[in-house]
Amino acid sequence: MAERLLEVNDLKVQFATEDGIVRAVDGISFQLERGKVLGIVGESGSGKSVTAMTLMGLTRGVNALFEGEVLYKGKDLLKVSDRGMQEYRGNELGMIFQDPMTSLNPVYRIGEQIAEAIQAHGKVGNRAARSRTIELLRQVGIPNPESRVDDFPHQFSGGMRQRAMIAIALSGNPSVLIADEPTTALDVTIQAQIVELVSRLKDDFDSSVIFITHDLGAIAEIADEIIVMYAGRVVERGSKRDIFYDPQMPYTWGLLGSIPRLDRPRPERLHTIEGMPPSLINLPEGCKFRPRCPHAFDRCMQEPGLENRVETPGHLDRCWLDVEFKRAHRDETISPGSVEAA
Amino acid sequence: MGAFIIRRIFGMLLVLVAVSLIVYLIFIVIPGGDPAERIAGKVATQANILDIRHKLGLDRHGFTGFFIQWWSLVKQLFTAKLVSYSDQTNVVSQIKQGLPATFSLSIGAGIIWFGFGVLVGTISAVKAGRFSDRLITGLALVGISIPVAWLGLMLRYFLAGEGGAVSWFPDGGYVPLTSNPWQWFYHLLLPWFTLAVLFIGFYGRVLRSNILDTINEDFVRTAKAKGLSNRRILVKHVLRASLIPIVTLFGLDFASVIGGGAIITETVYNLHGVGWYAAQSIYNQDLPPLIGVTLYGAAFIVVFSLLVDIFYAYLDPRIRLA
Repeated sequence: MAERLLEVNDLKVQFATEDGIVRAVDGISFQLERGKVLGIVGESGSGKSVTAMTLMGLTRGVNALFEGEVLYKGKDLLKVSDRGMQEYRGNELGMIFQDPMTSLNPVYRIGEQIAEAIQAHGKVGNRAARSRTIELLRQVGIPNPESRVDDFPHQFSGGMRQRAMIAIALSGNPSVLIADEPTTALDVTIQAQIVELVSRLKDDFDSSVIFITHDLGAIAEIADEIIVMYAGRVVERGSKRDIFYDPQMPYTWGLLGSIPRLDRPRPERLHTIEGMPPSLINLPEGCKFRPRCPHAFDRCMQEPGLENRVETPGHLDRCWLDVEFKRAHRDETISPGSVEAA
Repeated sequence: MGAFIIRRIFGMLLVLVAVSLIVYLIFIVIPGGDPAERIAGKVATQANILDIRHKLGLDRHGFTGFFIQWWSLVKQLFTAKLVSYSDQTNVVSQIKQGLPATFSLSIGAGIIWFGFGVLVGTISAVKAGRFSDRLITGLALVGISIPVAWLGLMLRYFLAGEGGAVSWFPDGGYVPLTSNPWQWFYHLLLPWFTLAVLFIGFYGRVLRSNILDTINEDFVRTAKAKGLSNRRILVKHVLRASLIPIVTLFGLDFASVIGGGAIITETVYNLHGVGWYAAQSIYNQDLPPLIGVTLYGAAFIVVFSLLVDIFYAYLDPRIRLA
């Protein structure tokens, strides 16, 4: 069995604000093994970024409250001090952020910013750090790394900056690479390149990846397991196959329906999930997706647990609906055009 | 870069011309008596006055008259021949005499206010919301609000000289650095402090809010995700970005003080610098020194704003001087 790198048990993250307590992450659990890619999918405000940043210890503050466990190689990172986390950040856990345009410091050269990450962990001389930086830039696919290493961020395109960010994240040979919506701010053609790059580098560096996105299409290629988050909870969890071919949660259908597909007849318009995600201060009673769910019925006033309701073991969901009913009706949401065509 | 500097120097000259015209214009429209009568003295004959008036070009009226008078003034200034109306002293040599005091005051105070401003701003940003932050922010507000003249007089009244409650400090005056460095330093302590207080409070508050803005930038989060220590993040990533606006402020404030702008401090502490000279000329409604001092100050402002622009390009590589 592969080495279990990360185990998150019933993680809760709450922020005290003037308007009340924000339950950003409300009891999520998952495991990550070496070499695997875990996709975390959900809308804005579903708690996926907070989860990722909490793993890195970046959400700490006087207003933040944590419960549960984040076990990295058996050690609970929630109990490690902020100073102690410096050893993990960039070294054991690397992170890429959403917006490469603002994630690099505009006043320092690309090379300095990568070398800084290298030199933050272990004594590395300037010359060695520079040649390692050039090597990293080559690995992430920057052409002419010997000369581009001295460029400033504003001389890089968005895609190149994200590649530089990946170089920073990988500079410490991390076991876990956390990519928080790394493709959202990029052009579609660049998105595919970045996903492909992450997937390739994961093997080169023998690490595992947590890939966070709101776009299921982005991780269709690379994810081994997928977690669908809604209102700070896991609402469905399963292998890539489970999520794409046998989705059990109407929310997942909505996400799948909002991906443009080339292999199906083109619908009149892409599916949109009606309404807005709920306020995390004032969550609805029962199933959190109930107010937006077209199939909600009276039982949904009680919140369903995250359980295995289908034949495939390990495929969990939070939905009371009958499995056969769902299999019969989900295509109305996922690909409305094809139902009419059929 | 070269073209940029040449263009800016040309612009600077235009600014100086405009400043001298405006000062001259203001002077001749305010009521203040005829310069010719003043120069001639109390027991002058009418012929005497007319003669002076002719020499100064004051008998020529209208648009051309204005320019002839202005030009003769500027020409005299730049050939170091301009003399005061009230006591016939040479303006350029008077300004030169004021330079040591003014330079000593401004450079010392500038170092103090920049250093303490950065310190105060950084500490209160790091401790934002805590007691020490509130205390510092409150003190900064007091510093900004205290009138310089009042602060200077109070410090003199209580701390300085024979008549003070305690006489820890000398009661004003300037001792040249070359004659006695310790006395120079000792005499300048109170003036430095008086002049710096306002700026420390102001810079501290500006820097505090800049730092708090910068801390939320994505690149600071990236720095943290690299595993850098908080101190390194603060110094290398946060302060560097937060100091850019402070540099502009400092360039212009320092230029104004070294350009004779510390009129109140120099007057309160009886430092015979350029600001003191300006104050004397204003009492006497003496045009030539005023034009001289104003152009001297304006020259510092335009030169320092150019230096700030050049330094900016160094601080922020996205800015291209073109």
